[in-house]
Amino acid sequence: MLVRLRIRRYDPESDEEARWAEHVVEVEPSSRVLDALLEVQRRHDPSLGFRASCGHGVCGSDAMIINGRSALACKTLIRDAIADSPDDDLATITVEPMRHMPVLRDLIVDQQPFFQRYRAVKPFLVPKDTAPDRERLQTPKEHAEIADATNCILCGACVSACPILGENPRFLGPAAIVQAARFVFDSRDVGLQARREPLDEDNGVWPCANHMACTRACPREIKVTRLINLTKRELGRARDQAEV
Amino acid sequence: MQEHIVDALIVGAGGAGLYAALECGRLARTAVLSKLHPLRSHTGAAQGGIGAALGNVEEDETLWHAFDTVKGGDYLVDQRAAQILAEDAVQAVYDLEHQGLPFSRLPDGRIDQRRFGGHTRDLGRAPVRRACYAADRTGHMILQTLYQQCIKHDVAFYDEFQVVDVLLSEPQGGDAPRCLGVVALELATGDLHAFRAKAVLLATGGWGRIYRITSNAYANTGDGPALLARRGVPLQDMEFVQFHPTGIREIGILITEAVRGEGGVLHNGEGERFMERYAPTLMDLAPRDMVSRAIVNEIRQGRGILGDRSPADFVQLDATPVGAEALKRKLPEIVSLCRTYLGIDPAAEPIPVQPTAHYVMGGIPTDLDGRVVWMPNNGSESYVSGLYAAGECACVSVHGANRLGTNSLVDLVVFGRRAGQHMSGYVAEGPAPSWPTDAAQEVMGRLATLRDRSQRSAHLSATDLRERMQAIMNEAVGVYRRGDELDRAVETLQALRQAYGALEIEDTSKSFNGELLRLLELGNLLDLALITAGSARQRRESRGAHYREDYVERDDDAWLHHTLCWLHGDDLRFGSRSVDTSIWEPVARAY
Repeated sequence: MLVRLRIRRYDPESDEEARWAEHVVEVEPSSRVLDALLEVQRRHDPSLGFRASCGHGVCGSDAMIINGRSALACKTLIRDAIADSPDDDLATITVEPMRHMPVLRDLIVDQQPFFQRYRAVKPFLVPKDTAPDRERLQTPKEHAEIADATNCILCGACVSACPILGENPRFLGPAAIVQAARFVFDSRDVGLQARREPLDEDNGVWPCANHMACTRACPREIKVTRLINLTKRELGRARDQAEV
Repeated sequence: MQEHIVDALIVGAGGAGLYAALECGRLARTAVLSKLHPLRSHTGAAQGGIGAALGNVEEDETLWHAFDTVKGGDYLVDQRAAQILAEDAVQAVYDLEHQGLPFSRLPDGRIDQRRFGGHTRDLGRAPVRRACYAADRTGHMILQTLYQQCIKHDVAFYDEFQVVDVLLSEPQGGDAPRCLGVVALELATGDLHAFRAKAVLLATGGWGRIYRITSNAYANTGDGPALLARRGVPLQDMEFVQFHPTGIREIGILITEAVRGEGGVLHNGEGERFMERYAPTLMDLAPRDMVSRAIVNEIRQGRGILGDRSPADFVQLDATPVGAEALKRKLPEIVSLCRTYLGIDPAAEPIPVQPTAHYVMGGIPTDLDGRVVWMPNNGSESYVSGLYAAGECACVSVHGANRLGTNSLVDLVVFGRRAGQHMSGYVAEGPAPSWPTDAAQEVMGRLATLRDRSQRSAHLSATDLRERMQAIMNEAVGVYRRGDELDRAVETLQALRQAYGALEIEDTSKSFNGELLRLLELGNLLDLALITAGSARQRRESRGAHYREDYVERDDDAWLHHTLCWLHGDDLRFGSRSVDTSIWEPVARAY
């Protein structure tokens, strides 16, 4: 079938500002939006810039805005992307770079600030004891506490979808908090005490106002808002204990 | 051109590169250069598990793991290397756990283990639960854990830098050359950077993208081995390519062997569990080469689901015996992939599968410490000083003619670490190599030619060339191979390489010039495709994943040796290296 791709483009060397480009491409309903972008790149305009690698939703390279929603291009099928198109016209899919990240070229955004926030939460095990000869024990129940957060592939879709970041660009953002939660709730980790800064600050977890946009955007179906709230609760507990 | 001076430079930031960086970075000034952000590396796509004889669930021994690896590789495995793989795997898993890897657990809190193809107890008697796992995202968790440790230890990264040349000194007389560093293209700016280093480790991963149907990422273009082949380093055992039996039909996305490890079974078009006929003991958990061959054979006999004997035909992987609850808990990724790409629930419906190009057993020949072998014109063997390789791009060889499931992750961790350790010792001695003033001239000239579109008269586009290469590789250098087909593949690939020289590039911009990057990658793929097809043509026997319909028997008298292939301009030359069979005498392989 034919679909029209409407792509937000920007070349820093030749464009004063971002512009729209349109291409009509041949794809299958079961193809991925990524396939449509590859088709443009291969047969229409090789200069179209986007990141992609694994092509099946585990490497996190191709997060972008598809029809206004943050998603992975490799995990969004054409048939779903055109579901809302009117029947009488050529189905159109609109593709834009992620929000809250500077555009470098076309759909490629600068993720350095994103990864700086990730690094700020100490995203590594801070063990609470010295390692035994064999494995540390962790029961399935304890493991279940972190399983959801370990799904995160740091694609940035949740950050792109977050309405709070529109008002407060200094908000730590959902992805970094998920990564913090992954260790805060790990039975083998010292948890919160290593990460109160930057979590328990004005721009830490607190600006989140439960819009749930991150949870809806997450291509890994992580309950992002829930993890933010659990982290808030843990911080509240720590504060209460400090007062006692 | 910007210059950087480091002690140790690691190219590639998957499991092997990151582990080497952690080890080497303790003692030496180390930098990691990667074409992708490290977390995008293809190690993250590994699903099912990492094999180690912990014996947490049932009795197991490292000796059994080593034996299974040797037998799984159809005796082309270097046996001392397999022994190290199996022995070091145990500590490697504990180390990963200590670094925070969230392994799936047994009720008592120890690491759970499950079955995987070709892993047995007591030298082949029955399947054994050896694969440690983190649901079905084990590779994702290994990649994340190692990257987390790199952040903790402040490893220096150059993300989105594409390596475009590996510089070796001119060999003096009969001596091996020395590695001087690499030249890389910064994707964001289009600038070239020279990295002078005492030692370089290549960990650039596989090149499954030479095939049309593959589980591999777009980035898997074999950059390291292709560059070395052009610098006179022979590549080893390139004919051995693993086709994973259960890729999603047509699109090639991997459905982990752990589905069968947890109880899933394969059915043909007649509803028969056909693996009973091919491997009576291990059945669906036979090694991958045997299962892939069985699937293609069923299809060729008209017993595929379509029954039309066409290459588009497929079989079904029935995951319903696993049960809905276990699928959700132990294989959530598979449930999600099936839902997303097939619109089915694997707890209720079978998964349509066919073999998908998955892993290359061959690559850059190394010793047990990752040192790259130098062997001019099939002469005496030595090492390129300061040059290392690890992971899928290397050939130690622990996988021989067919890798066992879970052993790729073991390989990354065990040999990535060993190479990193050896490297840190190597760079502690002696000064940095002198860097000739014209060192980067050649690559600069090559890039200038690629960027100069004025002199071209291309009839074919890069897209045409890539698609033709992938088509001929799928048709003629697949699960079954035949001399005349391999002749056709080599001829076609030579013609495509000729056409490559006339390609033109439309995009002249510098920042994120993806067209230029893809052109460089295509050049690497074409060279590796040619070496793969040529190596397959010269090996006139069937062994592991290399099955010749015109030479159906394994022939130890003539072919129990590693293939070496040198790329001399447009010619391929072949030689051999002996296989270490010091522990087990090669015998016929049955499961």
